[in-house]
Amino acid sequence: MTYRITSLSLAFGLVLASSTASFAVTEISWWHAMTGANNEVVETLAKEFNASQGDYKVVPVFKGTYPEALNAGIAAFRAKQAPDILQVFDAGTGVMMGAEGAVKPVADILSMGGSKFDKTLYLPGIVAYYSKPDGTMLSFPYNSSSPILYYNKDAFKKAGLDENNPPKTWTEVWDAAKKIKSSGAASCGFTSTWLTWIQTENYAAWNNLQWGTNENGIAATDVELKINAPTFVKHFQEIADLAKDGTFRYGGRTSEAKQLFTSGECAIFTESSGGLGDVVKSGLNFGTGQLPYEAGAQGAPQNTIPGGASLWVFAGKSDEQYKGVAAFFNFLSKTDIQARLHQVSGYLPVTMAAYEATKKSGFYDKNPAREIPIKQMLGKAPTENSKGVRLVNLPQVRDIENEEFENMLAGKQTAQQALDNAVKRGNAAIKQALGQ
Amino acid sequence: MASSNNVTFPNKLLPYLLLAPQLAITLIFFYWPASQAIYQSVLREDPFGLSTQFVGLGNFRRVISDPNYLNSLQVTIVFSVATTLIAMTIALLLAVMADKVIRGKNIYRTLLIWPYAVAPAIAGMLWLFLFNPSMGTLAYLARSAGYNWDPLLNGNQAMVLVVSAAAWKQISYNFLFFVAGLQSIPKSLIEAAAIDGAGENKRFWTIVFPLLAPTTFFLLVVNTVYAFFDTFGIIHAVTGGGPGKATETLVYKVYNDGFVNLILGDSAAQSVILMIIVIALTAIQFRYVERKVHYG
Repeated sequence: MTYRITSLSLAFGLVLASSTASFAVTEISWWHAMTGANNEVVETLAKEFNASQGDYKVVPVFKGTYPEALNAGIAAFRAKQAPDILQVFDAGTGVMMGAEGAVKPVADILSMGGSKFDKTLYLPGIVAYYSKPDGTMLSFPYNSSSPILYYNKDAFKKAGLDENNPPKTWTEVWDAAKKIKSSGAASCGFTSTWLTWIQTENYAAWNNLQWGTNENGIAATDVELKINAPTFVKHFQEIADLAKDGTFRYGGRTSEAKQLFTSGECAIFTESSGGLGDVVKSGLNFGTGQLPYEAGAQGAPQNTIPGGASLWVFAGKSDEQYKGVAAFFNFLSKTDIQARLHQVSGYLPVTMAAYEATKKSGFYDKNPAREIPIKQMLGKAPTENSKGVRLVNLPQVRDIENEEFENMLAGKQTAQQALDNAVKRGNAAIKQALGQ
Repeated sequence: MASSNNVTFPNKLLPYLLLAPQLAITLIFFYWPASQAIYQSVLREDPFGLSTQFVGLGNFRRVISDPNYLNSLQVTIVFSVATTLIAMTIALLLAVMADKVIRGKNIYRTLLIWPYAVAPAIAGMLWLFLFNPSMGTLAYLARSAGYNWDPLLNGNQAMVLVVSAAAWKQISYNFLFFVAGLQSIPKSLIEAAAIDGAGENKRFWTIVFPLLAPTTFFLLVVNTVYAFFDTFGIIHAVTGGGPGKATETLVYKVYNDGFVNLILGDSAAQSVILMIIVIALTAIQFRYVERKVHYG
């Protein structure tokens, strides 16, 4: 047995040695979870970077969905075979932050590249989300997005609604959705992707409500959920009531509801700004608007919080590799690269300069939808309710929320029961994850 | 089966050499990971393995006292019994029918065996494309016929969907074995019974079915193990364990807690329990069910 294991690891070692050694250029491995058009962007960026200099070679490797990529990175770290760069989705941010000693802060790496790292060059809302409580930027924001409202202009016209005036508050959304359903303009009025990210996390930030204690986990890891407060209960009861006659339709836990909108079944929907590409591709006559807010909430609309993913760098690599990573991140931060990334992919620009350049080029005049998420995030300085949401086990807590929402939408429980259960189970899961 | 004149090989080393590849595979792919799972199940660890703590049977205690675990045990029983029963019944029916066909016998058989070549995840996707409420063709028909088909929120409908997909995929495999079993039944027995005046039904239940018992028993074991372990891909593709926890089987929970929620200790404890359950099930089946089986 022991013999077998040693011979096995020896064989692995040989394979690895032969694939990394004897190259003059330093290879930088980049594990990511981008599919389709976004995957092509990754490949293009790597190719361009590799062609721009001769010292480093970035090698992107597709590792499956966001959770799969995160898991692959963790498994590789445990086996001491971690990649240099790992793309981790928003909900995994807390997981990575909890792993001190496993990751190297991006702020440190960027200053190794020769130039001094200047945080003010980057969009503040995004940088804050990927920084430690003391302000150290831990990961590089590669693709960021925020939720916005999409609506079907044809259905609006048919229902006698103003097609150039999307609903601004949730009450207006419900009224429009009911009108669309009752007039027969569409079989369903409203749907939403990511109920967790959009209807709790962003709902809280946008309405300046507390999602959890300790600034929703940004200030410290010890968090108690607050999503069973009256405003949340009211919001979810309204959704549950609309679900009874099909005015609201549930699509699934992640972005499945997109199909309900692009097929024309549902006329209004909230979804990530990063989902714009698929909506455009569907050929639907659609409009976009800001994420709706709660008319009665004080200070609403506040600001939305970023989703998407960032690039993390593992600890324990050689200085040469870190220099390569720094060079690559500096390359990604270049204004023309960022501006192009933003305009092609629909994700947010990471640097202020790229945003200004895109604005100057008149891009937003032609594509107003692209500026909505940026304005939502930059409109106001974030409060302690709207810096973001961070938990060491956010994916797990989101699953718990989803299970409770599904039981609520199936009519098995009220919004109050669903949110009470979510808070109770979520808090217990957080405690367990923190080892308390 | 038992032969009286055993052949003995003079070479002492050869039998071991011939066994070695199989033993190596079992060691690497079963004993090694299984021992790792047992080791992990007594530890509490952060996802990255930066801090490890020995907790003894703490993980097991927590898993067993978790109401969600009992729920997933229940789901697994419903799912496995339904899948095994449906897959075996339909396969037997098809095999008996295909056995009667005279013209084009091989074509029927070949067509019926094909679905076995489909990977579980792909079978799941096929059923999803047909029955997903957002995009499924048949779901659309059901809804326009006035039936409220929504497996995304209705747990029972979701269960029906995963059971159908899992059973559908296994029918071909069962069919193959039943056809072979039917072929090995001597025609003379059936003809004799027919001459004695036994009707078709009587002939099936008193001659064919008992003589098929070894096949049926073998399939019972295989199907149960299949329903327990191999259906992960289908559930992952079709429901992801939802809605709520309506289709979260034990295997799916192991995956979800370990790979999504990153609670490695709990997940390892669950897989150890699962291992014990399957060993016990197989032992029970061999001990009690096999006694009633007549091997021809």
